[in-house]
Amino acid sequence: MSNKTGPTPPGPEALERHREAQALAYRCAETVGAGLEPGVTEREAARRMRGFLRDNGVEDFFHIPFAWFGERTAFRSLKGPWTPLHFFPTNKRLQEGMAYVLDCSPVVDGYVSDIGYAGVIGENRIFEALMRDLAQYRTLIPERIKAGDTLAEVYAAVDNLIAQQGYESRHKVYPGRVIGHQVGHMSQRRNMGRYAFGFGLRTLETLGREIVTEGIKGRSPLWAGGRASRHAPTPGLWAVEPHIGFRNVGVKFEELLVVTGDDAYWLDDDLPHVRRWQLEGAHA
Amino acid sequence: MTQDVRSFAVTVDGGKLSVRTYGDPSKPTVLLIHGYPDTQAVWDGVVSELVDDFHVVTYDTRGIGASKGPLFKHGYTLERLADDLYAVADVVAPGLPVHLVGHDWGSVQAWEAVTRADSAERFLSYTSISGPCLDHAALWTRSGLRKPTPKAAVRSLKQALASWYIVAFHLPVAPRVVWRLGLAKQWPRIVKAIEGTSVETSATLSRDGSRGVLYYRANMLPKLRHPQERSTSVPVQVLTPTRDRFVTPALATQAPAPWTERLYVRQVSGGHWIVVKKAALIAERVKEFVLSDIVTPGGPEPVRSLLRAEARQGTKDRREFEDKLVVVTGAGSGIGRATALAFAEQGADIVVADIDAVAAARTVELVELLGARAYLYTVDVASAEAMERFAEDVRTAAGVPDVVVNNAGIGMSGPFLATEVKDWERILGVNVWGVIHGARCFGEMMRERGEGGHIVNLASAAAYTPSRTLSAYSTSKAAVLMLSECLRAEFSRYGIGVSAICPGFIATNITRTTKFVGQSAEQQERTRQRITGLYRRRNFGPEKVADRIVAAVRSDKPVVPVALEAKAGRAIARLSPALARRMAKIDPTG
Repeated sequence: MSNKTGPTPPGPEALERHREAQALAYRCAETVGAGLEPGVTEREAARRMRGFLRDNGVEDFFHIPFAWFGERTAFRSLKGPWTPLHFFPTNKRLQEGMAYVLDCSPVVDGYVSDIGYAGVIGENRIFEALMRDLAQYRTLIPERIKAGDTLAEVYAAVDNLIAQQGYESRHKVYPGRVIGHQVGHMSQRRNMGRYAFGFGLRTLETLGREIVTEGIKGRSPLWAGGRASRHAPTPGLWAVEPHIGFRNVGVKFEELLVVTGDDAYWLDDDLPHVRRWQLEGAHA
Repeated sequence: MTQDVRSFAVTVDGGKLSVRTYGDPSKPTVLLIHGYPDTQAVWDGVVSELVDDFHVVTYDTRGIGASKGPLFKHGYTLERLADDLYAVADVVAPGLPVHLVGHDWGSVQAWEAVTRADSAERFLSYTSISGPCLDHAALWTRSGLRKPTPKAAVRSLKQALASWYIVAFHLPVAPRVVWRLGLAKQWPRIVKAIEGTSVETSATLSRDGSRGVLYYRANMLPKLRHPQERSTSVPVQVLTPTRDRFVTPALATQAPAPWTERLYVRQVSGGHWIVVKKAALIAERVKEFVLSDIVTPGGPEPVRSLLRAEARQGTKDRREFEDKLVVVTGAGSGIGRATALAFAEQGADIVVADIDAVAAARTVELVELLGARAYLYTVDVASAEAMERFAEDVRTAAGVPDVVVNNAGIGMSGPFLATEVKDWERILGVNVWGVIHGARCFGEMMRERGEGGHIVNLASAAAYTPSRTLSAYSTSKAAVLMLSECLRAEFSRYGIGVSAICPGFIATNITRTTKFVGQSAEQQERTRQRITGLYRRRNFGPEKVADRIVAAVRSDKPVVPVALEAKAGRAIARLSPALARRMAKIDPTG
């Protein structure tokens, strides 16, 4: 039972495979996003993502595809407090002017990717502003890591930027308040295609194992703001997902970040949101 | 008074009216109609305020002052009085429509005039002060009687009690004799006693008082018995003085609503003789109305209170704070920024003030993102001159605020003996003087404007929770709390509410900027980080405080503790001060 995540950083070939998986995931989100029409439900959007990925040879997911529309992009429920059950796709229908977030994580030959993609149907000024400002996090995060910050310090720097911008942290709603988590290659085939709480069984097994083994070394595969994240980032691949919100709109990106002993860089720059910022001339 | 006064007489059927005109006849004409038992001299103050911008005209109504009129009541029907009004308008502004302003009986006559069929050609606008259209009043009373809800009964009863003198005026002989026998001599003292206003008596007062009784006798009963459905397309502004003993606000506000196309009811603070007492204010209200694009096409956008006045008539669907101006100090971050956004979301225009220009500019962006209008100011609340200049600038650029949130504040913690004089000066400067200046500068404006308002001061749970580590901060906030309570008692007479907000541990950047006295820079940084972490784990965001602030303004709450610890602290301070004293000895930062 070999497991290559964690301490052993992936080699160039593995990185290339992860990059391909990530590109496929973004192609999926972009394609499904472009096809979303007013009236479609979150469940239908999630189903389309799953269909697209299956058609492109994906057998397993790190977690099942998620789709959030409207105020749910900011993890707000109009009917009461937000609970983890609210993450699952609902029958909420997309309307003109609504933002949406698609989040999928295909596993290709054991190479995990995990991406988030924000879009809007029609016009929404708050969405445009959030999206423009989201670019700063893509610069900030690797910068702070290269400067030698611990994961908890980077998390605090992200919090500060959110406060400065006047937005709200929405990733703090994720289980464990995480802004990211480690990913790698899953070679085990047992339990493939089985899911619990929306996550692949393989994911949960791997994560559970790592929380223990990494915990012994005083590290955590989950990246949050607490005591467990007061360590330099473990070399390897991290799926990083800053998620910011303002009123009833939330946006995020999620990409793979490569961390080595002395460097940190995004695995791929040829991604929809990065192209958008380059087009706008924003500093991405 | 002004230099270019012209006096002349206009002959009308059954009388001769003494008319005065002031100012440049090429400017738009404003025609002012006096009430009972006054003469046109009642307008002297208003005239001098208006004469630079308008051609102003006043006259003594028939039988009053220097005007001649018939001896019997049938010569004083509203029909005749309105004919007079048209006749004067035709002489002073031939072929040109005029702006009309009426007070008391002058307002009753003017209502009669603007509700005639061809009134839109004669009048551009009408400002009514303390005098209803008798037909509207009669119909309003009837509708109250037809559907006798308790509310309608109370409001009708109130108005009936206020109208006692009208009944008295219908007694035979007596009222006229009383005027002749010395009421006129006592009149200024009576007005002074009930209104606190000094009115000058005219030489003709005893005759006017007696003659004016005919105005009532000729019109009251016929109009009450046979009210007509009189409507108008002329834009009407109704100014309702608070503490008016003769016309209740309910009557002034509700009666004309069904009969006017564009109605703007605005409260003004003062008594019935407000045209004498606050001439400048009345002139200002008239100017705001007639110059705005409601009346003058291409004119400036109406001031907020006019827009609100229109909203109250239910003609527009609006959010709660639409067309209100909210000033927030320290709006660049934390509770201040969240408060600015919460009010913006409810439709208010926001004055964003902060000592940090960059942070304030960001709040402005966010306010605009919510579709509201924002004004940006950089100001140090501790500076008296800066605050005075700021308040003046706000008045000029944005108008008088409706809500002022004195939020700017700083944190400080540490032993008393380590707190230096300059530390004290700084914290008292921002936390106490900042609130004093805000309340002082804007409170004065609100009082002057007379439309009420609300002042919110950010105190803290520390204001009533003693702690050995917070001597300076708690002292400053206790001062804010007490100041708010005193101000509330004092300002309620001006219709200005005052609330003190006492938040507990709110996750804002106050913990990142708090000075921990008696610690080295490095120690301070560590303490800040730890406290910031604690506050963040407490997980009570500034947005929730902002919501409570909006609610406090909405229902005029006196003191609002926010978050559980603030409520618990208050309960302990009340139930067991001894326990509070014990808890004060704990050092949570140590």
